[in-house]
Amino acid sequence: MKFGKMKTHRRNRLLLVIFVVVMSGSGIAMALLALNENINLFYSPQEIVDGKAPVGQLIRAGGMVREGSVVRSDTDLTVSFRVSDLKNAEFTVHFEGILPDLFREGQGVIARGILRDDGEFVAEEVLAKHDEEYMPPELNDVIEQAHSEAAK
Amino acid sequence: MWNWFHKLGSPKTFYAISGSLLPYFCVLAGIMLVAGVVWALGFVPPDYQQGHTVRIMYVHVPSAILAQSSYMMMAAAGVVYLVWRIKLADIALQCAAPIGTGLTFLALITGAIWGKPTWGTWWVWDARLTSTLVLLFLFVGVMALRSAMSGKASAGRATAMLVLVGVMNLPIIKYSVDWWFTLHQPSSFSLTEKPSMPPEMWMPLLVMVLGFYLFFFCVWMLRIRTEILNREYRSRWVRELVQ
Amino acid sequence: MMFESLSAFMHMGGHGAFVWSAYGIALIVFGYNVVAPIRHRTSMLREVRQRLDREAQ
Repeated sequence: MKFGKMKTHRRNRLLLVIFVVVMSGSGIAMALLALNENINLFYSPQEIVDGKAPVGQLIRAGGMVREGSVVRSDTDLTVSFRVSDLKNAEFTVHFEGILPDLFREGQGVIARGILRDDGEFVAEEVLAKHDEEYMPPELNDVIEQAHSEAAK
Repeated sequence: MWNWFHKLGSPKTFYAISGSLLPYFCVLAGIMLVAGVVWALGFVPPDYQQGHTVRIMYVHVPSAILAQSSYMMMAAAGVVYLVWRIKLADIALQCAAPIGTGLTFLALITGAIWGKPTWGTWWVWDARLTSTLVLLFLFVGVMALRSAMSGKASAGRATAMLVLVGVMNLPIIKYSVDWWFTLHQPSSFSLTEKPSMPPEMWMPLLVMVLGFYLFFFCVWMLRIRTEILNREYRSRWVRELVQ
Repeated sequence: MMFESLSAFMHMGGHGAFVWSAYGIALIVFGYNVVAPIRHRTSMLREVRQRLDREAQ
């Protein structure tokens, strides 16, 4: 099909189709750009540390649970842990309740709750944000073994 | 090639060709789906973190892929109809909408069932989940507009326009997990990159995706053929066929 | 096979309700997608015949 050979009315219709898609596309793109910050489901540790997240309001904050930072209470369901972006920002989360099955150290987590003015986060709900890697348990054992041997 | 395209666009030729191919496609779709389900439920190893819950992936991911693909095909049919006014494209668009609605519904429901034990919630208003819900509304909107305008000559053009306006939702669904912070994980399956899981986990997923595609084509053809009979009932070949 | 017994298969490591309901709903959606067009075709053939008969008179 050559564009130049196309009948005029068909070419006009094709141009109309392209026009509709481009116009609606740019309209939606502008709306999304304007809303950009609000579409994010959660605040990153960097934003929490920089004070970009509102204090005292119900918000979501997320990041990675730092290895070895989980402290569980002996008497009740209270737990606290550090959420980091694996770079230089991290903050403490306090939570009372049952954590999801996939809550693990070193895995992603999204907490809904209130940021206190001392910079610590009091969560009323904790969700596990797992990554897109899947593997059978045996394979994971092999990888961990390789890691620990490499560390020796 | 151009001639061939126009010939296939004639309802009579399309009805004949699709009729002879359909049985093979149906058998193949059935084999793929049964093999995929048996493989996914019984032979895929459990995930090191999620355990057996990972088996939900084998219905969730194919239905989500097909939900988007069926919208894409519907939009392609819409362009063909708007520019070339091929009636068959209008029929194809109309017949894809109910199937796409079912697949999007399935993707959302299985996603919720998978989300509860893994994330800890059925639903969250993140960009990926919300844009997929918008896809469901688009499919329902196309069907509603179609039935509201039924009988009017402009029904085909109006629905095709609605489909085209909604097509921008597809890149939003696809890239939502990269553009914004979402609870939904990035896709683990794409044509260009190495899958982030071992072969014994992605191979059954591939079988299921192919099975879903074949199934979609089978039921799409079934619906298109019925709609051809509906619209062409005055033509001689249909009269000879039904009598 | 990843399961030792039928009950382990049904149990799915404690997540049986989730896994089986997901596959059950998928079966319903697929079943509907097969049955609906076949029934529609039967009724459409009948309707087309009626229309032709009416117009032939």
